[in-house]
Amino acid sequence: MNKQVALEMKQVSKYFGSLAANKNVDLTVYRGEILAILGENGCGKTTLMNMIAGIYYPDHGSIFVDGEEAIIRSPKDAFHHGIGMIHQHFKLVDIFTAAENIVLGVNDGKSYNIKEVNRRVGEIADKYGFHVDPKKKIYEMSVSEKQTVEILKVLYRGADILILDEPSAVLTPQETDRLFEILSRMREDGKSILIITHKLHEVMSISDRVAVLRKGEHIATVETASTSPAELTEMMVGKKVELNIDRPEPKNVTDRLEVKGLSLTNPEGIKVLDNISFVARSGEILGIAGIAGSGQKELLESIAGLSHPTTGEIIYNNPKTGTAENLRDKDPVAIRELGVRLSFVPEDRLGMGLVGNMDIVDNMMLRSYRKGHSMFVDRKKPRDLANRIVAELEVSTPNTHTPVRRLSGGNVQKVLVGREIAASPTVLMAAYPVRGLDINSSYTIYSLLTKQKENGVAVVFVGEDLDVLVEICDRILVLCAGRVTGILDGRTTTKEEIGLLMTKTEVKEESGNENG
Amino acid sequence: MEQFFASFLDYFLTAFALGMTFLYGCTGEILTEKAGHLNLGIPGIMCIGGACGCLALKLMSGAAVPPVLLVIIAILASFAGGAIMGVIYCFLTVTLKANQNVTGLAMTTFGVGTTKFIMSDMSSAKEATQSYLYALKYFRYPFGESGSALVYNGFMVVLAIVIALAAAYVLNRTRVGLHLRSVGENPATADAVGINVTGYKYVATCVGSGIAALGGLFYIMCWSGSCDAYKSIEKLGWLSVALVIFTLWRPNISIIGSALFGLLYLAGNRIPTLLGIQFDMSVTKLLEILPYAVTTIVLIVTSVSKKRENQPPAGLGIPYFREER
Amino acid sequence: MKTANKPVSEPLVHVVKRDALPLWKSLLIRVLAVVAALLFCSLLSVLMIHANPFEFIDTMFDGSFGSSRRLWKFAKDAAVLLCISLAVTPAFRMRFWNIGAEGQTLIGALSAVAVMIYLGNKVPNGVLLILMFIASVTVGAIWGCIPAIFKAKWQTNETLFTLMMNYVATGLVAYFLLLWTPSGSSVLGELSVGHLPAIGHDYLLLIIAVLVLTVLLYIYLQYTKQGYEISVVGESENTARYIGINVNKVIIRTMLLSGALCGVAGFLIVGALDHSIATTTVGGMGFTAIMVSWMAKFNPLIMIGTSAFITFLDQGAAQITTNFDIDSAFPSMVVGIVLFFVIGCEFFIGYKPKFRQNIHKGGKA
Repeated sequence: MNKQVALEMKQVSKYFGSLAANKNVDLTVYRGEILAILGENGCGKTTLMNMIAGIYYPDHGSIFVDGEEAIIRSPKDAFHHGIGMIHQHFKLVDIFTAAENIVLGVNDGKSYNIKEVNRRVGEIADKYGFHVDPKKKIYEMSVSEKQTVEILKVLYRGADILILDEPSAVLTPQETDRLFEILSRMREDGKSILIITHKLHEVMSISDRVAVLRKGEHIATVETASTSPAELTEMMVGKKVELNIDRPEPKNVTDRLEVKGLSLTNPEGIKVLDNISFVARSGEILGIAGIAGSGQKELLESIAGLSHPTTGEIIYNNPKTGTAENLRDKDPVAIRELGVRLSFVPEDRLGMGLVGNMDIVDNMMLRSYRKGHSMFVDRKKPRDLANRIVAELEVSTPNTHTPVRRLSGGNVQKVLVGREIAASPTVLMAAYPVRGLDINSSYTIYSLLTKQKENGVAVVFVGEDLDVLVEICDRILVLCAGRVTGILDGRTTTKEEIGLLMTKTEVKEESGNENG
Repeated sequence: MEQFFASFLDYFLTAFALGMTFLYGCTGEILTEKAGHLNLGIPGIMCIGGACGCLALKLMSGAAVPPVLLVIIAILASFAGGAIMGVIYCFLTVTLKANQNVTGLAMTTFGVGTTKFIMSDMSSAKEATQSYLYALKYFRYPFGESGSALVYNGFMVVLAIVIALAAAYVLNRTRVGLHLRSVGENPATADAVGINVTGYKYVATCVGSGIAALGGLFYIMCWSGSCDAYKSIEKLGWLSVALVIFTLWRPNISIIGSALFGLLYLAGNRIPTLLGIQFDMSVTKLLEILPYAVTTIVLIVTSVSKKRENQPPAGLGIPYFREER
Repeated sequence: MKTANKPVSEPLVHVVKRDALPLWKSLLIRVLAVVAALLFCSLLSVLMIHANPFEFIDTMFDGSFGSSRRLWKFAKDAAVLLCISLAVTPAFRMRFWNIGAEGQTLIGALSAVAVMIYLGNKVPNGVLLILMFIASVTVGAIWGCIPAIFKAKWQTNETLFTLMMNYVATGLVAYFLLLWTPSGSSVLGELSVGHLPAIGHDYLLLIIAVLVLTVLLYIYLQYTKQGYEISVVGESENTARYIGINVNKVIIRTMLLSGALCGVAGFLIVGALDHSIATTTVGGMGFTAIMVSWMAKFNPLIMIGTSAFITFLDQGAAQITTNFDIDSAFPSMVVGIVLFFVIGCEFFIGYKPKFRQNIHKGGKA
């Protein structure tokens, strides 16, 4: 087997401010192979790929394409070298048609004729079996249609090196299978394909080799055939992780929050929540599992009063008064005025939970500034709280007057979770609270959640790492495409069982096929 | 009745000719806004355009050049003056990522001031009875001295329409236009597919500013033919900015829009005589509000209807920084 | 496609976002920009009017501080500009690009004059003044909140909306002027009623009023719950929603305040200075105010400095036009140029150009 090197990175580093996103990374990509780039969230996978695609420019090091040094200072340069990237967040112009988006930036020397483009797009789509109308506007498209357009964009350019950033995150398993088939065909065609992922089963099923990144550094590149998921995991997380999260038995369990038949249709007319019912109990951690975008965000936002469900009830049993209140269609202030102590750690920390440009003290006030009848804000209590959180949760910051935007991800999350817990909630909802955090910070967050549970709080924990979910949660609710596909006992269930429920619709269809 | 038609035709043609001032400014601003930049410096740029053209004519006065060349030099000078203003605006807002509103307003302050500085010096000069106006006849009467407003406003009327149609063609039918629109809609996307975002912004803004500048020259040399005309250009410049909204960022529609704005602008003067009725003078002042009021209504209606194609470019006013995290 | 058009050189400079710059450094950059701008202007004046640069700078200072009369005029102009700048600030902190201060101020002034014309001599001066104040503030607030309502309900672009409203206001003033001047001259003479009392100096009351307003606005923005809400909405509407701030309510309330403050400015211009109105009464200050507020990073206390600075430029340059007998448009040129420098220098505070250290030739010979 004489492998030809397509792309090589030597000692590449990239810094954001003083934070190293990538440090001295060496990477080799051969022609006709699928290389998986594996790593936890925030390990620098995407940044590394962005440097190949010309989105970022490396601070140090060099990139070689076909053995020659390539200066990729813009995506255009990347295209010249036959490199195309399909981003996780689609880069499409909403008011353009599919074909217009596909041809955007292509300068093949021929005169521009949109009819001709429509025809050629149709051709390529047919060849690979994509279903897409070249004249459809992007803003009228579904997520998977948009991804199709993104892939066609790269195919249209005839790229030799393709980078896909977590392509399956938004796809159904069938769509993923189809995509992987196409990718295999491209590999046979001699193309190099880089897939960013953190899903091990995908790595094992499709890749030829795996490059593992950890904290911005390249750990190793191994042949897929000669490795195992266990070994890869070990490389990914550094040492073999026995999670060993403490899970005390729930005490004084009472129904705190009852969600009954909740449905929500988003502004685009898509039903994102479909008849959801469950109970969150005090003294318990209720985990919510599901593929990204299965309705987790909408569910929490509906409970928190940020979106308004089309049908259903959200009943809160007030432990002080013993009354039951329906929270549906109440805004966050109205909910608070009812005496409901509901805390919410949203997924988007700096865009929703905190204000990036404000300092820690002012961010502490977000929840509490309304207190009292004075027209002036009281900064004394928030300042004390800020100092307490910085000290207790070991937030590393110059002082409490540093804008939170400048803190690292883990510290930002400590500030946010600290504030939400300080409101002494009866219900605490946390969406992906450890995303992008290092192991130590993650454990801090786990123990905070567990402590809340012991204090009798009903904790709702939306997670993506199934290992964590099965170790920390008392019960696990599985969401799939906006519906509840199961509520499991956290102590007895397995990752496999949850994984199955996360893709239940498809499983049903497939089993139907098997029976038939 | 016949007389009514004759005077209406005259009113319309006069308005249409005046509208070309707006059309230049509007086409220029559309190109800029399609690149994602709200250039509030357009009024200043139009002033500068007038001033630079006149300055060139003044410098050429007495030189033995054929009239055609003289006209071309004036137009080039005017365009260049606008384009230089465009370069300053781009340097500040694209390269240095400054706030577009603030920069644009500073451009207008500077442009209006500089124009007054250049022009008042020229119009007060006694020699050659106002130095640059000798070239008037080449601008205004290339097709003979008599005839309707459309004729005596000369070829720059045609030029304005040609530029507007060309801009519409480029925007909607060419690759360059597609790329330019993508830069204004979603610069990150354009960047990702290898379009030189900075380049497009610079070129579109500078060419746009150059085109807008011609509006100033047109107004002084063709429409009014008076050395004091520079004083009203700023006001007309703001109407050009309004026209962009009114025509929903479409240069071909703006040909009609500019005529309509011309009609509205002159309504106070013309409608009473046209209808043979006597308005109170003050009512004419209310009529002058019409272009702005109508534009506001269009702005409201489009935002209420939420039709995606009629919205301002999505990236309008937002500075683009590739390494933004 | 493979290796066509291979670029051979590495980018020499690329731009990165800075971590926070210490205060003294950011101040130094701004001061350097102003010095550079003034040097540039003096160079320009050397070329145009053959004055030496020292004379230029000297005359600039003379224009604002040369005599007690000039000093008072300087203080008055700065105060009026400051007042309008205060008015636009709450909206800007909310990232609501209100460029309609010109119109809001003018319509406020118009309302005050209307009260003077229709009620003058019918009510005592004190009552008249109160009515003028109420009229200015109310109409200014209404004028300001119209675009806000549309912004809140339908996301109508506020920059373009407020821009248009300026000219509607100007047109209304032109209309009423014709109505009020029997001769049709459109020039309204000074009215004898509705003058604010003079204390000490003619301008002193105005200056004190504006300074008090400055401090009040600073306190409002910095220390009140409403001010805090404005900042949150400005920084992130999502966060505002998350903590249950009614964003639309804040937008409308803040623009009511902005408009009302413009009304106050209009009232002060009419009641304390002009006692009359023309279409040029505000004279572009509504636009200059935007730059004053922006330069001060929307901090009312710093705006005392920036408004004084712009006024200093304006008045100094005006002095140059008198002393050297050049056109009166010179000041706006100077202000424009200095603004370019100041606007440009902000880049070096927020970003830093990074030069590639190991410059070596890439590609083939």
